[in-house]
Amino acid sequence: MKLRRSRLYVPGNNPKMIPPAGLYGADVISLDLEDSVPLEYKTDARMLVSEALKVIDFGPATEVTVRINPMNTPFGKWDIKQIVSEKLHGIYIPKVETREDVIQVDDIVTDLEEKKGLPIGKIKLFATLETAKGILNAYEIAQSSKRLEALTIGGEDLTADLGGERSSVGTAINTARSLVLLAAKAAGIQAIDTVYSDFGDQEGLRKETELIKIMGYDGKACIHPSQVGIIHSIFDPTPEQIVYAVRVKMAIEEAKKRGSGAVSLGSKMIDRPIVLKAERVLEIAKMADLHIPSPEEVSEMTQQKVKKSGGGDD
Amino acid sequence: MVKVTDVEWVENALGRKVPRFIEGVELIPYKGPFAHRPVKAHKYGPTLGYVASEQNEIVKTLAEVIDKVGLKDGMTISFHHHFRNGDHVMNLVLSEIEKKGIKNLTLAPSSTFPCQEEAIIRCIMNGTIKKVEGGSARGEFGRLVSSGKYLKEPMRIRSHGGRVRAIEAGDIHIDVAFIGAPSSDELGNLNAINGPSACGTINFAYADAHFADHVIAVTDHLVDYPNFPMSIGQELVDYIVVVDKIGDPNKIASGELRITNSPTRLKIAKDAMRIADLLGYVKDRMSFQAGAGGISLAFTEFIHQRMKEKGVKAAWAQGGTTKFLVDMLMDGTVKKLITGQAFDVAAIENMKENPKIHVDLPIGAYANLHGKGCTVNKLDIVVLGATEVDLDYNVNSVTMSNGIIAEPVGGHSDTAAGASLTILTVPLFRGRYPVVVDRVNTVVTPGENIDVVVTERGIAINPRRTDLLQKLQEVKIPRDMRITNIEDLQRQAYEITQTKVEPNWGDEIVALIEYRDGTIIDVVRNVEPRYYEDAVFAEKEEKDVERREN
Repeated sequence: MKLRRSRLYVPGNNPKMIPPAGLYGADVISLDLEDSVPLEYKTDARMLVSEALKVIDFGPATEVTVRINPMNTPFGKWDIKQIVSEKLHGIYIPKVETREDVIQVDDIVTDLEEKKGLPIGKIKLFATLETAKGILNAYEIAQSSKRLEALTIGGEDLTADLGGERSSVGTAINTARSLVLLAAKAAGIQAIDTVYSDFGDQEGLRKETELIKIMGYDGKACIHPSQVGIIHSIFDPTPEQIVYAVRVKMAIEEAKKRGSGAVSLGSKMIDRPIVLKAERVLEIAKMADLHIPSPEEVSEMTQQKVKKSGGGDD
Repeated sequence: MVKVTDVEWVENALGRKVPRFIEGVELIPYKGPFAHRPVKAHKYGPTLGYVASEQNEIVKTLAEVIDKVGLKDGMTISFHHHFRNGDHVMNLVLSEIEKKGIKNLTLAPSSTFPCQEEAIIRCIMNGTIKKVEGGSARGEFGRLVSSGKYLKEPMRIRSHGGRVRAIEAGDIHIDVAFIGAPSSDELGNLNAINGPSACGTINFAYADAHFADHVIAVTDHLVDYPNFPMSIGQELVDYIVVVDKIGDPNKIASGELRITNSPTRLKIAKDAMRIADLLGYVKDRMSFQAGAGGISLAFTEFIHQRMKEKGVKAAWAQGGTTKFLVDMLMDGTVKKLITGQAFDVAAIENMKENPKIHVDLPIGAYANLHGKGCTVNKLDIVVLGATEVDLDYNVNSVTMSNGIIAEPVGGHSDTAAGASLTILTVPLFRGRYPVVVDRVNTVVTPGENIDVVVTERGIAINPRRTDLLQKLQEVKIPRDMRITNIEDLQRQAYEITQTKVEPNWGDEIVALIEYRDGTIIDVVRNVEPRYYEDAVFAEKEEKDVERREN
C-alpha cells in the first residue's frame, strides 16, 4: 500500500503552478483537467498537462496523477488518450456512479498501455464518488478493477446532489463518508477524503482531518500547498506512538523467544488488534520517513522513564 | 561623471575591481568583514551652540529657517526615512530650497521612497542636488542614478550601520539636518510616539541630530514643554518649524500586513524556520531578526508557532517591527523587543504602551561596526532577502538582474556580519532572471557572512560553516526538505531560465557600494538601455528635459 496522506490539486491550465507542484511535500499531486479548468480552456489544459508529464520532474517521492473530465462528457476520453505516458502514475475518475464507469477507463488505459509499449497495469485508477447513486454503489465500484487503489469522496458535488449544506464539520456528507470507507476497506483498497475548501481556515482543516483520520481514512485532498503540512501532522504517528509500536514488536519477539503464546507489555495483554495497529504505525512511519528508534534506543528510553505510559492511543 | 577609463583600479579582497581614487579622494578597498579598523582616533565634532535664557526656537516657516541656518550652495542636507512612503518633509524642504535658487547640494538621507522621487529627480535635473550620499535609490530615482547622466558624482550606497559610521567619522559632513518630528515642544524635545504622524521611532535621525552643524525639527504637533519621552533632546535641536502636515499617516504605517499566499514563498519561509530549528538555533534565550518582506513575515509566524510547540522563549528580537513580532512579545514568546523601524500601526502603538519591554535604539547601537558595541553582534538568527546570490555566496541586494539600482542595502551587510546564523531566503528565479547565479552583478554582503541559502528547490549550506554541515549529519532531515549545494541550485536556476544575461554595462561609475567599515566592496556602472523596460527612463527623462526647458 502506498502512502497517500495528502493529495494536492493543481489547476491543469496554469503553467505557473504546475512546475513547482512537487515541492510542497504532498504524497500525491493531481493535475486537474476537471473542475478547476473552465470549459474554454479544456484543450489548453490537456496539452499543458501532457507536456508537463513529459518534461517536469516532480520529485522521486511524489505520486503523479491526473484528474480527468467525467466519462460522460466529450473530454474524458481525449484526456486519457493524451495523458497516458511513462511518468503518469494514476488517473482520478470523477463522478463515478457504476462499476462500468471504471471498467470503461480501465479498458481504454489497457489499450493505450499496449499501444505505447508501457507495462500493463502500471497506471492506477482512483474513483471519486460524488453523487448519491455513486455512494450507494460504492462496494460494487470498489471491486470493479484491479487497477483501482482507492475510493475518494467529492464533498462539494455530493452536498449539492443531496441538496444539503456543507458545514465546518461536514455533517451532510458524514453518512456518505462512512459508506465509502466501509466499501473501500471491504474491497481492500484505500479511502481518501474530500478537500477542505477554505484554505485560510487552518483550525477547521485540522478538525476535519482529525475526524476522518479517526474514522479510518488514509488521506485527504488539498487545494492549497499550505494544507499539506497540517494534514501530514495529523496522519503521521507521533514519536510516542512510534516508540510504543516498537515496544509492542519487542514484546512479541521476547514472547517468541520464551516460547510463550501470551504476550504482554507491562501489565497489559497484547492482542491481535494492538499488533496490527503497531504494524501499521511502523509502516506509515517508514513510508513517511519518520525516525523509528531501534530496540536498543527504546530500552534505553524505557529505563530512563521507568513509569511512563507509551502514549499509545489504543 | 567618472569614466571607468579615467580611474586607477585595484582589486579588493573579493577580487572585485574598485577605484583607488574618486574625485581626488583615496578609497580603501574592502579587506574582509572585520579587517578594517577606524582610521581616525576621534569622532568628528559637531558645532557648539549658544543658549540664552530667553530662548525661542520656533521659526514660522521653512523659508525663514533655511535663511537662519545659512544654507548655501554646495552644502549637505539630511533626512530620515521613518515616514516611509508617507513622507512630506523632504518634498516641502526641497521645494523651498529650489525657490531660493540654492544649488549643488549633497542629499544625504537615510533612505528614500517613491513619494520623494519626483522632487529628487526634479532637483537633480535643475542642479539643486549634485550628489547623493544615501542608503537607497528605488524606482525612477534608481533608474536615473543608473542612467549615469545627471548626477555629477557617483552615489555612495551604505548600510544602516555604515551610514552612522560615515557620519561619526566625518566622511559625511551634514550641514543641516531636517528631522521630521511627530511631536515636539518649543525647545525641540522630539519623540515619534505622539501626534498624528506617529511613526514609533525617529532613531535614524539620531546620528544626524548629534553630528550635523544645524538641526531643524519639522513637526505638525507642538506640545507643551517638556515633551516626554525626549527621544531626541533639546540640546541637539537648533530650530523648530511647525507645518500643516509632515506626513500621511495611512502611508507611514501599514494598516494590516498580511502573510503571503504564495506557496513558493511560504515554502521558503517554512524551510528557513525548519533549517534553523534542525541546526539547533530555535532554543531558549535565543534572539532573532526578521523584517517585513513577504518571506520574513511568514518566517516570523512559523518560528512563533514552532517556539510555542517546543515551549522555548526568545530573550529578544529586533525588527523592522510588525504586528507579528508584537504578537510574540505580548504572548511572552519573545521577552524583549528592539525596534529600528516600526512598519505597522500595531508596532507603533505597542512601543507607546510597553516602553519597558519594547524600545528603540540609535542606529549606531544597532549596527555600527566602528562604535563600541552593537545589537547585530548578539543576534542568533537573521533572515535576509536578496536580488542575487552567487557561487561564492556573495549577495547582491542593491542592483536588479538587469544591473539597475533598485533596492536599499538596509541592515543587510550589518546583520549578516553580526548574526551567528545568517539565512538568505530567495526564490531560485524571478520572472525570466535567475537569482542564484555564478557571479552577482554587485556585491553588497560578502559570502563569508552568509551561512545558509534557502530556495524553494533546495537549501545550500556555506561550506565555510563546517560546524553546520556536521550538525546536519546528526539530525533527521524531513523528506520534503532538500539539502544540496549552491552549485546545484545555480544549475537548476539556469536550467529553468537559461544562462544569466550580463547587464548592458556602460563605461561610467554611477555608484560606490561602501561596506559597513567604510571600505569599497564594489562599484556599480551605468546601464545602457537595451530592452524596452530598461529604456523607459531614458525616454521619459528626455521628455522631462524638454518640458522644463519650455
